[in-house]
Amino acid sequence: MARIAVTGDDAVALAAKAVNPDVVAAYPITPQTIIVERFADFVADGEVDTEFVTVESEHSAMSACVGASSVGARVFTSTASAGLMLMYEIVFIAASSRTPIVMALANRAISGPINIHGEMTDQMLLRDSGWISLFCEDNQEAHDQTIMAFKIGEHPDVLLPVAVGLDGFILSHAIEGIEKVSREEALRFIGGERKTDLKLDTSKPLSIGLLHLQDYYMEARAQIKDAQDRAKKVILDVFSEWETQTGRKYEPIESYMMEDAEYAFITMGSSAGNARTTVDELRAKGEKVGLIKIRVYRPFWSDRIVELCKNLKGLISVERAHSFGGPGAILSQDIKSALYGSGISPLLAEYTIGLGGRDTLISGYHGMYNRAKKAFEEGKNLPIFWWGVRE
Amino acid sequence: MNKGGAIMTINVPKYKLKDLVDKPTYFTGGHRLCAGCAAGSMARQVTMAFNKPTMIFNSTGCLEVASTIYPFSAWEVPWLHVAFENSAAVASGVEAAIKAMTRKGTYTAGKTDIIVFGGDGGTYDIGIQAISGAFERGHDLLYILYDNGAYMNTGIQRSGGTPFSASTTTSPAGSVIPGKTQFRKPITEIMVAHRIPFVATAAPAYPADLIAKVRAGLDVDGPAFMHIEASCNRGQRFDPAKSIEYVKMAVETCLHPLYTVIDGEYTLSRPSERIAKDPSRKVPLVEFLRKEGRWRHLFRPIERTDLIERFQTEVDKHWEELLVKSGF
Ligand SMILES: Cc1ncc(C[n+]2csc(CCOP(=O)(O)OP(=O)(O)O)c2C)c(N)n1
Ligand code: SF4
Ligand SMILES: [Mg+2]
Repeated sequence: MARIAVTGDDAVALAAKAVNPDVVAAYPITPQTIIVERFADFVADGEVDTEFVTVESEHSAMSACVGASSVGARVFTSTASAGLMLMYEIVFIAASSRTPIVMALANRAISGPINIHGEMTDQMLLRDSGWISLFCEDNQEAHDQTIMAFKIGEHPDVLLPVAVGLDGFILSHAIEGIEKVSREEALRFIGGERKTDLKLDTSKPLSIGLLHLQDYYMEARAQIKDAQDRAKKVILDVFSEWETQTGRKYEPIESYMMEDAEYAFITMGSSAGNARTTVDELRAKGEKVGLIKIRVYRPFWSDRIVELCKNLKGLISVERAHSFGGPGAILSQDIKSALYGSGISPLLAEYTIGLGGRDTLISGYHGMYNRAKKAFEEGKNLPIFWWGVRE
Repeated sequence: MNKGGAIMTINVPKYKLKDLVDKPTYFTGGHRLCAGCAAGSMARQVTMAFNKPTMIFNSTGCLEVASTIYPFSAWEVPWLHVAFENSAAVASGVEAAIKAMTRKGTYTAGKTDIIVFGGDGGTYDIGIQAISGAFERGHDLLYILYDNGAYMNTGIQRSGGTPFSASTTTSPAGSVIPGKTQFRKPITEIMVAHRIPFVATAAPAYPADLIAKVRAGLDVDGPAFMHIEASCNRGQRFDPAKSIEYVKMAVETCLHPLYTVIDGEYTLSRPSERIAKDPSRKVPLVEFLRKEGRWRHLFRPIERTDLIERFQTEVDKHWEELLVKSGF
């Protein structure tokens, strides 16, 4: 495998190039734009066989993707923030149309005020849409997960669209070394062409997107629920096949230094990098601390989280997202739901960090840890707190 | 794609009604459109033009809702509904997919005709951006606007295609404001301005003309647009038995003249050409307005000759412009 130095966006674009989708429909928006620009280069240079639909909006991008996928095409798109918000109506329909579109999201803060930098709220709102939702810690993960996403989404037990999130700028624009996957390797993994019976086919006329009234709507939605449940096994299988083919190990929920941990950070995406370094530094000082990283956000592996929390005194949830007026931030609500009724209930400190791309340095993680540990030692939970906000 | 390329020869076939009686249709009975709904006649006639693999993409609206209530569908060709405002974008993706997969050998049905159905709400208003984008990119598809003059599916709200002074539930005829105060957007001319190779108007009162235009629009290499007047007796408020008769009146009054614009060249179709040659055939607008309940307030309690004249002047202006463009 070739080792190259690329930005996160390039890593995603190269993954899409390796997959050689039938259709890419996308629209520019920072910090995702490099992906569409690179892909346009591949098209212009004849390096892919893809039809590149230069739509006039993200709403049309997602619409064109649903159309293309409905005739059986393998489809890719990418966007961020405002682009995703403009798509949202069709994002939900993509799931209910059972179109396994793969969408990379260079996670970016939501307006307003307008801001182009990193934050995960955009993708976390996909939560209730039926999409499989993956997050990446580094550029290699962005590259690999873009390829794996096709295999997960297209699996007949799943048939759902898949979002692959990479932190805006922190990953999208930062250069890192990756092992590049070739087209031959990618297609060996996901299969040379998409195979599906659920499609518009002029030899077997089918109507898709019918009005479902009170008598059928819940059953149609229940099929998405069941597909999300079935996706868990498919994701585990795909990750393990990927490990066999590439040697790179992926888990839906990853743990670091958790064996004897009394306290642990739980986070997603690139934040896991600083959290891990903080864990190393705290461990060097004799603190019994670990890290839980959520890679697959939907479907949500509640039981795995419970298992990892079994021996914890306190859990510190850190996320670049928030739910205004909610009972916690977004991820922290999921964590609380996972633990409720499990009999496992570590103390919990909830933090929102880094909105709009504000840096949270390792010193910040130490600060969050110290504050949390103090509360935990007093037997207290810490309700949601925005780390680093000026009074 | 034809845009910017060589001008091709586009022939609108000349059908006679008797040639058409044996044509199969792919829109079956049993749908839930209201009795007398002209959208149903329009849909059936459109499918009579099919002669090869065809797919339909339908925007949210009466035609979509009433033809596909799960678990039933009235369509005998592949049909997809995604949303209200995006069917042109959906069809763009389909056209692109068929192209790519044909190239790769994974789509084997051969040349496939793509039809989009959108109502006036889905076309004049919320969907116009997606249509404009699809036409600018040059996708090979036929977009059909079936125009019933309001958002009928949601209960007769005004659209950019609602005619002047019509009463709708969001432009009601009140004691101060007499229905819709604006004229309709010149939607056909907006599409012509995209310089696509084929634009036409039609009405289900003239089936042979309508079917021939659909065939031509599908045979064109590149985007094609048709504006079909399709009356709604519920929303326009008249006796369901009169649906086709009143669509015909829209043509005879020149409110909805029939013509084609092929590679920029305007040609009046027979029913309108006859009026051009013999202006005495042009039916005064007031006769049409009097027939439909949506204009009732123009006649009761007093006759609003001022509004009727204003409306007539606007219709005349468009008709005169069309005459000039088509060489009369
Ligand atoms: C984004 C969005 N906005 C509003 C609606 C509600 N809606 C459904 S159909 C419709 C009106 C359709 O009007 P038109 O396109 O003229 O078709 P018709 O029903 O008259 O045939 C509206 C407003 C919707 N489905 N989606
Ligand atoms: S409301 Fe009008 S357009 Fe809708 S089905 Fe009835 S007649 Fe047709
Ligand atoms: Mg309408």
